[in-house]
Amino acid sequence: MFPTPIEKRSRAAQISYQTLLPIALILWLLPLIAVALFSIRPLADFTNGNYWGMPSSFEFFTNYGKVFFESDMPRYMWNSILITVPTVIGAVALSTMTGFALGIYRFKGNLLIFFMFIAGNFVPFQILMVPVRDLTVSAGLYDTKLGLVLFHVAFQTGFCTLFMRNFIRALPFELIEAARVEGVAEWRIFWFVVLPLMKPAIAALAVLIFTFIWNDYFWAIVLTQGPDAQPVTAGITSFNSQFVAQYHLMSAGSIVAALPPVMMFFLMQRHFIAGLTLGAVK
Amino acid sequence: MSAATTQRSWYQRNKMTVTPLLFLLPGVLFFVIYVISPIIQSFNISLYDWDGLGEATYIGLGNYEELLTDRAFEISLWNNVKWLALYLLAVPAGLFIALFLNQTVVGIRLYKSLFFFPFVISQVVVGLVFSWFYLPREGLLNALLTFLGLDTVNILGDPTLATYGIIAAGLWPQTAYCMILYLTGLNAVDPEQIEAGRLDGAKGVRMLWHVILPQLKPATFIAFVVTIIGALRSFDLISIMTNGGPFGSTRVLSFYMFEKALSEYGFRMGYGSAIAVVLFLIMLVFIAYFLWSMYRDEQEARR
Repeated sequence: MFPTPIEKRSRAAQISYQTLLPIALILWLLPLIAVALFSIRPLADFTNGNYWGMPSSFEFFTNYGKVFFESDMPRYMWNSILITVPTVIGAVALSTMTGFALGIYRFKGNLLIFFMFIAGNFVPFQILMVPVRDLTVSAGLYDTKLGLVLFHVAFQTGFCTLFMRNFIRALPFELIEAARVEGVAEWRIFWFVVLPLMKPAIAALAVLIFTFIWNDYFWAIVLTQGPDAQPVTAGITSFNSQFVAQYHLMSAGSIVAALPPVMMFFLMQRHFIAGLTLGAVK
Repeated sequence: MSAATTQRSWYQRNKMTVTPLLFLLPGVLFFVIYVISPIIQSFNISLYDWDGLGEATYIGLGNYEELLTDRAFEISLWNNVKWLALYLLAVPAGLFIALFLNQTVVGIRLYKSLFFFPFVISQVVVGLVFSWFYLPREGLLNALLTFLGLDTVNILGDPTLATYGIIAAGLWPQTAYCMILYLTGLNAVDPEQIEAGRLDGAKGVRMLWHVILPQLKPATFIAFVVTIIGALRSFDLISIMTNGGPFGSTRVLSFYMFEKALSEYGFRMGYGSAIAVVLFLIMLVFIAYFLWSMYRDEQEARR
């Protein structure tokens, strides 16, 4: 293990490491801690200029209650869910199939198609913006959740295919050969042999795509407007203009908006990290 | 009856070609409609003067000629260079934190998760959090500076500082990402090689450079890929924190394109597309390099 495990070092080194850890963490998360502290203060503290002293009262429930019951925030959150969940299902479904085709079969153009997916996954969004917006408008899907979902599914398929194909490549190929010798139809091999083995990859991608899509802002402002279809990332700007300069409410709103991916991460940590490292770093 | 048999045998004969094509069809179709063909269309639109609604007039390379003398474009391009150069600091910073956290003391798992945590939050919220952190009166940064007896700064209001302030905000989640890549990589470092290095008298930085880093190469590669792409894609933070200002000093190409094509500054789809094409070509250099490295790995794996 590198660096040398601290247990093997002197007592003084161990103690200083143990004290340094929480200090480093607090410094690292300082901007976030500041926001969390703002979100439980009463309005009076801000008008009195009491930003960092003791809060004059503890307003956790008032502030967060306002976010949930006196703003459009729940609607935006609901939109985010209705955009994110179908996207995850769609992108994972499409990419298990493309990954299977590219990972198992040898045919002309295999690598070319694979590289098309990878390259497409890295392009700047702006090169897609005008045509995708036109396409969405002319399909009558502008300012709908479906319009966003369709685009997200297509774009995420690039990244998901990269991941799935590499994962399938690492599976024992003998399993598939054995099934073929038995005369099992190709689609049944996909369904009954490969798919069950892909569960960890599916879990990793699902968590990762959930976070990516939940956090998307660019496409939300290009393809939607207003609380009917906008997800929470775009909605938070309207929320902030509703509560201009009321930092206690804006802080609470941002924390609420950021929460779902955070919970997802803490619940599914192992899958999440497996996904992030693209399976390439083991 | 006989038609059915020939049909079946045709499928039987070609099933190793037909099956993958059928599996690919839906994914490729989606991808071509929403990603590949828009790229080509954008190249085409960049040759027109078009407001997105009325007639488009063909003007050849007119948009590109205009870019050459556009001061705002120059500032955006220059800011992109700053982003790229400074964003790469996330890679060594991530490595540094990973080395710091790669221990087995009690509770270290929670520490690792909490250090990683900024990456999970949306860039919109990161942008808000940092713009409040920088606020001249209410912000924690200036509260700390005052506490230390220093002058206060209005980072986002100062055209010379604003871009750096935004990049710093961007480095926060990006460093967390690189950290997790390196933590995973460090887990897989071969203990025997470390032992062999120790016997050869390698320690500290020399050990890191000669023994550890070569083994972390896959992690470093991905860290560079995601950081470069992330730097050139930066949009959310700028839009949230300064909206391009003060005086357009924090624009980057991605943001300037959006402004030109789709905001109160007018709907110049052709001009916007020309900016997008420039950004695309810059990124293409990196994409080509990534694909080439991956292609080499593929060839090696096949051997």
